[in-house]
Amino acid sequence: MPKTARAVRSAPERLHLAADVLVLGGGPSAAWAAVAAAENGATVVLADKGYLGTSGATAPSNTGTWCVPPGDNRHAVVERRWQRTGELADQRWMLRCVDTAYRNLLQLSEWGYPFPSEDDGRLYIANLRGPDYMRFMRRRVLLAGVTVLDHHPALELLSDGDAIVGAAGVGRQVERDWRVDARAVVLATGGCAFRERILGSTGLTGDGYLMAAEAGASLSGMEFTGKYTLAPHGSSLNKGLPFRWASFHREDGSPILGPTGEPLRNGIGDREEEVARALIEGPVYARLDQAEPALQGWLRQGQPNCFVPYDRAGIDPFNDLFRITLRAEGTVRGTGGIDIVSDDCATGVPGLYAAGDAASREIMTGAVSGGGAVNSSWALASGWWAGKGASTHARRRGGKAFRSEVQPLGQAGLRPAASPRADVSAGEVIEAVRNEVTPLDKNFFRSDTGLEKSGERLETLWRDVRDHLQGEGLERIRTREAASIAAAGRWSIAAARYRNESRGMHRRTDLPGKNPAFAHRLVITGVDDFRIAGAPERLAELAS
Amino acid sequence: MIEIVSATRCVECDICVKVCPANVFDATGGVPVVARQEDCQTCFLCEIYCPTDALYVAEVAEGPTGISEAEVEARHLFGGYARALGWRRGKAGGSQFDPTHRIRVAQ
Ligand SMILES: Cc1cc2nc3c(=O)[nH]c(=O)nc-3n(C[C@H](O)[C@H](O)[C@H](O)COP(=O)(O)OP(=O)(O)OC[C@H]3O[C@@H](n4cnc5c(N)ncnc54)[C@H](O)[C@@H]3O)c2cc1C
Ligand code: SF4
Ligand code: SF4
Repeated sequence: MPKTARAVRSAPERLHLAADVLVLGGGPSAAWAAVAAAENGATVVLADKGYLGTSGATAPSNTGTWCVPPGDNRHAVVERRWQRTGELADQRWMLRCVDTAYRNLLQLSEWGYPFPSEDDGRLYIANLRGPDYMRFMRRRVLLAGVTVLDHHPALELLSDGDAIVGAAGVGRQVERDWRVDARAVVLATGGCAFRERILGSTGLTGDGYLMAAEAGASLSGMEFTGKYTLAPHGSSLNKGLPFRWASFHREDGSPILGPTGEPLRNGIGDREEEVARALIEGPVYARLDQAEPALQGWLRQGQPNCFVPYDRAGIDPFNDLFRITLRAEGTVRGTGGIDIVSDDCATGVPGLYAAGDAASREIMTGAVSGGGAVNSSWALASGWWAGKGASTHARRRGGKAFRSEVQPLGQAGLRPAASPRADVSAGEVIEAVRNEVTPLDKNFFRSDTGLEKSGERLETLWRDVRDHLQGEGLERIRTREAASIAAAGRWSIAAARYRNESRGMHRRTDLPGKNPAFAHRLVITGVDDFRIAGAPERLAELAS
Repeated sequence: MIEIVSATRCVECDICVKVCPANVFDATGGVPVVARQEDCQTCFLCEIYCPTDALYVAEVAEGPTGISEAEVEARHLFGGYARALGWRRGKAGGSQFDPTHRIRVAQ
C-alpha cells in the first residue's frame, strides 16, 4: 500500500492536510512529479485548479514529443536542434531531457498506454493524444496513492522563514479554504496564456510565476512571449499543423506571398511572420488546399479537434476559404518561466521546485518555441526530476517538525499594500494587460518606443494591482489570477525592452538581427522592485 | 463555447460538473446548468466525458452562437467529437488508431 497524506485537523470550514510533497497543478508535469515523488516513498498531495485529466494545455491537444532513442545519433540530433535555439539553450539539459523523456515514454507503454503502431508493427511512442494521455495519467497518480484535490487552486505559498513548507488555497466547488503543510512543494502550474481563448488556457494565468517570485525565486526567458499560432477565426483551435498545407489570401482574393515572392503554401514556423504582417493590415483567409487526399484523411483522423470548428460551422477547409487568426500564446508556447538552478529542478528557494511550463524552458529551446515536441518531453522529464528532487528534500528535512509560525507569502491580489478599491477589478486588469501583450503590432513585432509605452502603462497598472486589488472568498481566485497576469505581462515587456536585438520569437523592428552581446539568458528577480540581469553560463557553472 | 445541456439526453450523473477544467457547470440535483459560460475554454472535453452525448460546445470561443438543440440534433452534431476520437459513452478509446505519425513524416 502506498502511504497517503494525513489530515491535520478537520473542520467543516477548512481542509488542513500534511504530506511530504505538495504538487501544484494538474497537467503532465504535475502528474509525473506526483508519481515520481510517490515512487520515492513520499506521501503526496496534488492540488489542481481544474480537474487532473482535463486541465492544462496537453489535455485538449494532441502532443508530439521530442522522442530521441538512445544511440550515437542522439548527440547529433540534439546538436541540430540546438542550432535553432538562438544559442540560448544548453545541450547538456537537452540531452538529459531526451534521455529521461524517452524512459518515461517506455514506462507509459509498459503501463499499457494504448500507443498506435507503425506499419512494421512497432509501437509509435512519440505522440501522446491529450485526452487519453491525461486520463491515463490520472489513473497512475491515483494508483500511486496520491491524494488528488481537483478544483482546489493554490493562492499562495507558505514559508517558515527558512524554507517553503506548503501552500494554501480555496476549494472552488466546496467553497472551503485549504492548507497543505509539506516538506517540499513542486510548482507545476503551467504557463501564462494571458487569458487568450486557446485550448487549455482557462487555468493558465501564470499563478506559479508570481508565487515563486514572492518566495524569492527568479524567472528567465520572460521576453520570449512572441509566439502566436494560427487558428480558424474566433475558434480556440490554436494548432498550426494543418496550416502546413495551406494557401493564404487577403479579402480581395490576392495571395499572401512568402519571402521568395511565391504564394505562401506553408503558414507555420517562420512563415507565421508573413501571415502576421497581412493580419495587421486586414482579414486573412486560408484553405488547406496543399493537402493530398491521403493526408486529408490522416489530418482528419489524427487531429480531429482541428476539424470540429469547420464541421460545426459547415466549412470544407480543403476547398473553402475560411477566415483565420493568429492566437497569442504567452509563455505557453513561449519559453519563459521559473529559473531552474540545479538538476533536480530546484528553484534556489529551499523546498521549492518547478516543472513543465511553470519552469523556464530557455535551457531546452532558447529563443524559439518548444511547442510541437520539446515542451511535452520537458514536462515528462522535468516533472520526474522535480518529483524526485522534492521527495529527496522532504526526506532530508524529515526529522524537523512543522513549525507553528508559518507565514503566508501572497501579496498582490490577496493582501493589497493600501486600501482595496472597488474600481480596480480583476476583469479590467486582465483586459488592460491583454491590450499590451497580445496585439500583433505590439508583441509579434516589437519596437523600443512601443515597448516603452506598454511598459509605462503596465507600471501604472501594477501599482493599482499591488495597492488596491482584493477579493473575498472565491473571488480571490480571480484577483490572484489578475495579479499573476499583470506581473507576467510586466516582466515580459521589461525583459523585451532590455533585450536590444532580435532573436527567435523576440522580433524588434528597430533592431533586426542578433547582437552577440545578448547571446545569454536574462534572469529576473523580484516582484515589485525587480531587477534584470544577464546570466551567461550560470547554469553550466552550477551544474559542474 | 458550451451552449447546450440536453435535458432529454442527460442522465444527471454530474460527470461534466466534475471534469470541466473551467468549472463552468453547477450541479442542481437534476440536469446540470451552465453557470459560468464566459469561463468556457472551448476544449470540447465535457462532450467526450458525457456518457450520453448530451452536451454541445459550439465552435466560437468568444461568445455564444445561439444554436438550438433541434438544429444540433438534426445535423447529428451531438457526440461528433467523441466519435471522431473513438471515445464511446464517456469511455476513452481509439488512440491506438491515431495516424498522426504519418502526418509528421509528410511534414
Ligand atoms: C494547443 C496546444 C498544442 C500543443 N501541442 C504540443 C505538441 O504537439 N508538442 C509539445 O511538445 N507541446 C505542445 N504543447 C505544449 C504542451 O501542451 C505543454 O508544454 C504542456 O502541457 C505543459 O505541461 P504542464 O503540466 O507543465 O502544464 P499544463 O498542462 O498547462 O498544466 C498546468 C496545470 O496547472 C494548473 N494550475 C494553474 N494554476 C494553478 C493554481 N494556482 N493552483 C493549482 N493548479 C494550478 C492548471 O489547472 C493545469 O492543470 C501544446 C500546447 C497547446 C496549447
Ligand atoms: S455528463 Fe452528460 S449525462 Fe452526466 S450530467 Fe453532464 S450532461 Fe448530464
Ligand atoms: S468545452 Fe471545456 S471548458 Fe467548456 S464547458 Fe466543456 S469542458 Fe468546460
